[in-house]
Amino acid sequence: MASEPIVQLEDLRRSFTVRQKVGRLRRQTRVVHAVDGISASVQPGEAVGYIGANGAGKSTTIKMLTGILVPSSGRVRTCGYDPVPHRRRLAREIGVVFGQRSQLWWDLPLRDSFRILGAIHRLSAEEATVRTEELVDRLGLADLLDTPVRQLSLGERMRGEVAAALVHRPRLLVLDEPTIGLDMISKERLRHFLVAERAEFGTTLLLTTHDMGDIERLCDRVLVIDRGRLVFDGTLPSLAERVALQRVLVVDLPEPSPDLQVSAAAHIGSDLDGQRQRLAFSPKETTAARVLAEVSAVTEVVDLTLEEPAIEDIVRTLYGVG
Amino acid sequence: MAELSAAEAYRILIGSRIRSQLAYRASFWLNVATSVAVGLVEFVEIYAIFANVPVFGGLDLRQSSLVFALSNIGFALADTIFGQLDTIPTYLRLGRLEVLLVRPMPLLLQLVTSEVQMRRLGRLAVGVLIVVIVLPGLDLSYTASTVYLLVITPFVGAAIYGAFFATAGGSQFFLIDGAEFTSAFVYGGSYAGQLPGSVLITPIRILFTFVFPATVAAYLPSLLIMGLPGPRFLPAWLGWFAPVFAVWAWLLAWLAWRTGIRRFTGAGG
Amino acid sequence: MRTYLVLAAAEFRRYSTYRLAILAGITTQSVFGLIRVSVLFAAISSAGGTLAGYDRQLASTYVWLGQALLAPIALLGWIEIAERVSSGEIAVDFARPLDLQLAWWARDLGRACFQLLSRGLPPLVIGAVTVGLAWPDSWSAYPLGLMSLFLAVSISFTLRFLVNLIAFWTLDVRGFIGLYLVVGSFFCGLFIPVHLFPKWLQVVAYATPFPSMLQTPIDVLSGWVLGWAAAALVASQLAWLVGLVGLARVVQWRAARRLVVQGG
Repeated sequence: MASEPIVQLEDLRRSFTVRQKVGRLRRQTRVVHAVDGISASVQPGEAVGYIGANGAGKSTTIKMLTGILVPSSGRVRTCGYDPVPHRRRLAREIGVVFGQRSQLWWDLPLRDSFRILGAIHRLSAEEATVRTEELVDRLGLADLLDTPVRQLSLGERMRGEVAAALVHRPRLLVLDEPTIGLDMISKERLRHFLVAERAEFGTTLLLTTHDMGDIERLCDRVLVIDRGRLVFDGTLPSLAERVALQRVLVVDLPEPSPDLQVSAAAHIGSDLDGQRQRLAFSPKETTAARVLAEVSAVTEVVDLTLEEPAIEDIVRTLYGVG
Repeated sequence: MAELSAAEAYRILIGSRIRSQLAYRASFWLNVATSVAVGLVEFVEIYAIFANVPVFGGLDLRQSSLVFALSNIGFALADTIFGQLDTIPTYLRLGRLEVLLVRPMPLLLQLVTSEVQMRRLGRLAVGVLIVVIVLPGLDLSYTASTVYLLVITPFVGAAIYGAFFATAGGSQFFLIDGAEFTSAFVYGGSYAGQLPGSVLITPIRILFTFVFPATVAAYLPSLLIMGLPGPRFLPAWLGWFAPVFAVWAWLLAWLAWRTGIRRFTGAGG
Repeated sequence: MRTYLVLAAAEFRRYSTYRLAILAGITTQSVFGLIRVSVLFAAISSAGGTLAGYDRQLASTYVWLGQALLAPIALLGWIEIAERVSSGEIAVDFARPLDLQLAWWARDLGRACFQLLSRGLPPLVIGAVTVGLAWPDSWSAYPLGLMSLFLAVSISFTLRFLVNLIAFWTLDVRGFIGLYLVVGSFFCGLFIPVHLFPKWLQVVAYATPFPSMLQTPIDVLSGWVLGWAAAALVASQLAWLVGLVGLARVVQWRAARRLVVQGG
């Protein structure tokens, strides 16, 4: 197996000229640097999460590495190809799932979409059938094959989209906000499938998302982009460390109580007259279990929840730090 | 594992579209009826002229009808195959083109095979009917060249009109708001092509012969079939070169398409 | 009432931002205009100089006036409502406190005003420069002409509105739109004046509202018909409008009901 990176970005840049109306007649041109010098490489088999606020440049980067958009400057290679000139050859090696746009045929049953895609990718009938059946089985689509795509729920459709993107066994799977709008069960199902798929076929995963849960479950590496620049490239634990991510333990007590004083955590709020209290702690310094132990030593705990940090907070912190 | 040939792949694609259309029975036949009506109304336009004058552009009603019919058959064929390209503006607006670009198939072919409008063939039926009706009265001598022209003209015409559709499609990428510009040669071309080219005033005659060869699609071959000479700038013998004009039209289309895609992927800067 | 004025003004402004579209429209208009002029001139010279009262100058006026009015009257293809129906967004429109038909009517008038200026003037200039335009003999042609134009735009709008509403009953409106376009553009006199139709065809034409969309305003504005005869034509336009608006109200009501029952 070649150890050549499957995605390579070298000082990648992309700018847009935007014309805005100023006053009644004049127009002003502004240059927007959507991607402002990004360098990174992804090795085959990796699972990379690509996060950032809206408008930070995630979609633009994805478009450049899939061959939809030409960079203003810099170099990009996907599966060894220069994406725009070799778009069609590249398309055979990658699968792309656009969260907001469908690649399935709207008015046809799901199974027809798979068949047509098999034909587009020039798979022989047997090959296509074998692969489709396998995907259908693992994503639980068997009952939905004869339903027209426009009648599927969002969760069902997303599973169909992922299956469609994998029919031709691509080496790289790119997912652009795949879990947006999905309920917890559908998200979990999708994540479970992607983990298994990676384990079995070694497919490289590149995922943009707003959901930290996706990152935690699927990715061993995180790239954070802010205003066109990469502000972090490393593992999730090191991100947590760098950002001193705080987690919040929410405890429900049997009756209204005064604010809890705990050495390992900071009290940041009380609801219901102190019956529900929020304690923030840094995972770097302590664990949820220890905080809980301290609280339980003082009072009974009826119920508890653990809250995750939000992407916006992460980015804000990173930008402030880096 | 054996790979599907390109031909088989397209066969599956187009087959699925045709099947899906035939599935909606009632609406399909209604659309065919509409298409027939369109063909008829267009013919009535020619008829109305001849209700006023016996000769138009040097041709009588029968002769003019032959031009009209051959042009319409060609255009209906082109519309059936390439008509889907006029959804490009909608695709652009909805951002659906990106989905097509990550597939290993040329964009033009994907758009063309995304829908095959079988119902547009209703118009073709009208054209064929008219040809069948006027042919006996034209008193032609059926030499090899006449038969050759009669058979090949609709197909070459379809190629020419198809090129107009493709040019229009490619232009959508850089015209965007100016999309209406393409109607000038697609529907203007169809209009000019079904009339006797001799009525067109000189600048229009040149535009629709040497830039967008609509008069070559049916009028000139018809003159050859009927053994008539052509007007100024439009000698009948040019009709033999219809396939050459078709190649020229497709060259323009290819240029427009290439420019369009480059503009879309930002390579134009 | 004020809301409708605001809507109309907004649409006016909206169309003014599409400069490239305007240029494209003018080019296309000119090409089609030249083809139509070719047809009429050939027919007239075939007939020996005049045909049913049209000489070259009148014919040229006819074509260029037709081209000038074509955009404001918007005979040609507009499917915004149908698109909104198939995407389901139409539910939002119905939920608004404005009446669907009146709101779009106001917007259409705003659009028409703008296009009367942007697309109406160039063809008239071309016509005046090439063969020369024939002007009406009486001043009454102008106010009557304006009224006729307003009615023509409204009739066209109501018809387009009705065609768009078909989207509530069938997924595929494009076929109907195509038919409407071809039939409408023929019977409104765009190709050749209705006055040149064979008698039986003229009867058919006047049984439809199409001539009142283009032929009538051209006749009034160019002075083909003057005085009381012109006023009578305008009155006939009014009658058509009233009838069509009535029909549209009924269809809209049924469409709204269908939306509620079917759920899009």
